[in-house]
Amino acid sequence: MSTEKNPTLVLTDDFAPGEVNFIKVDNFKFFYGKKEALHGINLEIPSRRVTSFIGPSGCGKSTLLRNFNRMNELIPGVRHEGDITIHGTSIFDPSVEIIALRRRIGMVFQKSNPFPMSIYENIVYPLRIAGQNNRFILDETVERCLRSSALWDEVKDRLHESALGLSGGQMQRLCIARAIASKPEILLMDEPCSALDPIATAKVEELIIELKKDFTIIIVTHNMQQASRVSELTAFFYLGNLVEFDETRKIFTNPSKQQTEEYITGRFG
Amino acid sequence: MAGPVTCEYRRRPDLFRATCFLASVLTILLLVFIFGEILTKAWPAIHRFGFGFITGVQWSPNREVFGVLPVLIGTAASSLLALLIALPLGMAIALFLSEDFLPESVRQIIRFVVELLAAIPSVVYGLWGIFVVIPIVQQFGTVLSEHFGFLPIFAGPAYGNSLLTASLVLALMVLPTITAISRSSLVAVPYSLREGSYALGATRWETILGVILPTASPGIVASAILAFGRAMGETMAVAMLIGNSQRLSWSLLSPSNTLSALLANQFAEADGIQVSALMYAAVILVLMTLVVNLAGEMVLRQTQRATAGLR
Repeated sequence: MSTEKNPTLVLTDDFAPGEVNFIKVDNFKFFYGKKEALHGINLEIPSRRVTSFIGPSGCGKSTLLRNFNRMNELIPGVRHEGDITIHGTSIFDPSVEIIALRRRIGMVFQKSNPFPMSIYENIVYPLRIAGQNNRFILDETVERCLRSSALWDEVKDRLHESALGLSGGQMQRLCIARAIASKPEILLMDEPCSALDPIATAKVEELIIELKKDFTIIIVTHNMQQASRVSELTAFFYLGNLVEFDETRKIFTNPSKQQTEEYITGRFG
Repeated sequence: MAGPVTCEYRRRPDLFRATCFLASVLTILLLVFIFGEILTKAWPAIHRFGFGFITGVQWSPNREVFGVLPVLIGTAASSLLALLIALPLGMAIALFLSEDFLPESVRQIIRFVVELLAAIPSVVYGLWGIFVVIPIVQQFGTVLSEHFGFLPIFAGPAYGNSLLTASLVLALMVLPTITAISRSSLVAVPYSLREGSYALGATRWETILGVILPTASPGIVASAILAFGRAMGETMAVAMLIGNSQRLSWSLLSPSNTLSALLANQFAEADGIQVSALMYAAVILVLMTLVVNLAGEMVLRQTQRATAGLR
């Protein structure tokens, strides 16, 4: 399996993409200590689309996701081979500052992680650490991000109250608002709805579809319906390999690999 | 299942529960008994001196005049000064032990050594203070009062036995309390917050100052309050170092006294109304430490509830 060349995407005509190979993963291998978690992934992700990563637990989808903003480097004893480029620039290039990279790439986690401070301060946190203290800009950012994350009407009267008083779904949307505060180009979402109830999930999904106008979104999900609802492209991973990458419609109706079909029809995973 | 087995299982927890219940009630009764006892012994003094005992500045057993204001101030000042020294140090150690600057094994050794400070008997701290800290304070104090004597806190001759000496040793003694509680509240900050901060482009120090410390701050406050309580009640080392003077003074370099040191130094030779006056001082001391410790526990509990919500 790992020797086989990973499939690359051919977009159909009705698909008018932004930039086809905005994010390019080039024969990327990743190791936790001696364990090889990703076996030479090749993948091209277009801009301003929602791309979902699916596959059974331990297939490497989150590992790949966490490489895009180099979050994996917080774990001791990891290394990689191959390359990932964004806009043609390698993210591992020595001239790339990890701080700057992470400011360009927002991330939303499985479990919402608002800081124990006010709603307002949560959103302006990335601006404050960048040295931005202009009241006008901060106010404007808070409103913009809360409107983008469809939270403004719910919280506009209590911006200075603790973020921990919000409901689970609101907290996750606050984390999305915070993730887009520094105007990133890419939004990574690591199972953003797995801790939410169906209503909150529906709201976040609506939001994802709304946000793709401005952001390139990559979402890891265990929920096949979610992948089919929100994403235009789907990548199926299995045991550290990219098995199939295509338009979501095609993956879910007419996958070209048998493994993909078995997984999406629920025969394993 | 057979009947007797169930019976056996049921009876044993009952016996166990009764024993535990009895033990816990006894603890409460003991506290009430101790407080009742000192209150009874203190009653003649409370009756005779009333509130004037607290506001009085004279302590003269020969003339049967008793006022503890200087001692109260000495207690508060020495504990506060100890806290002022120990808090930044303890926080820094706690932070160092909760971050991964060093390998886990080395951190564990440091942690063990700091917690070992709490195991050293008070009298040993006192002796160490006499032989090591007093000469140092005398030397530096003389320089301080020569050059900064115009400031009230450094005025007058530098005695070795002084408020400053006692506070320095007290700071060392409360360091383990601050470090242990601060460290555990820093460790309790969920990893997801750290991750969230890094993902937003924060550096390690921005994450520590912007997210980790604020999240752990109620626990750090609790550690400070509990350390303050411990410093107030600390007796032996303070009695050996503070100089036992009931004279009001602004200077950190002059002798002072604390409630616990007063009790330790005078009780053996006291009789009559002086015993009662000392018991009155003991009542005040117990109430003060009780209030401070309760406050600390309350803040700590609030913290645990708050961080539990983050998980």
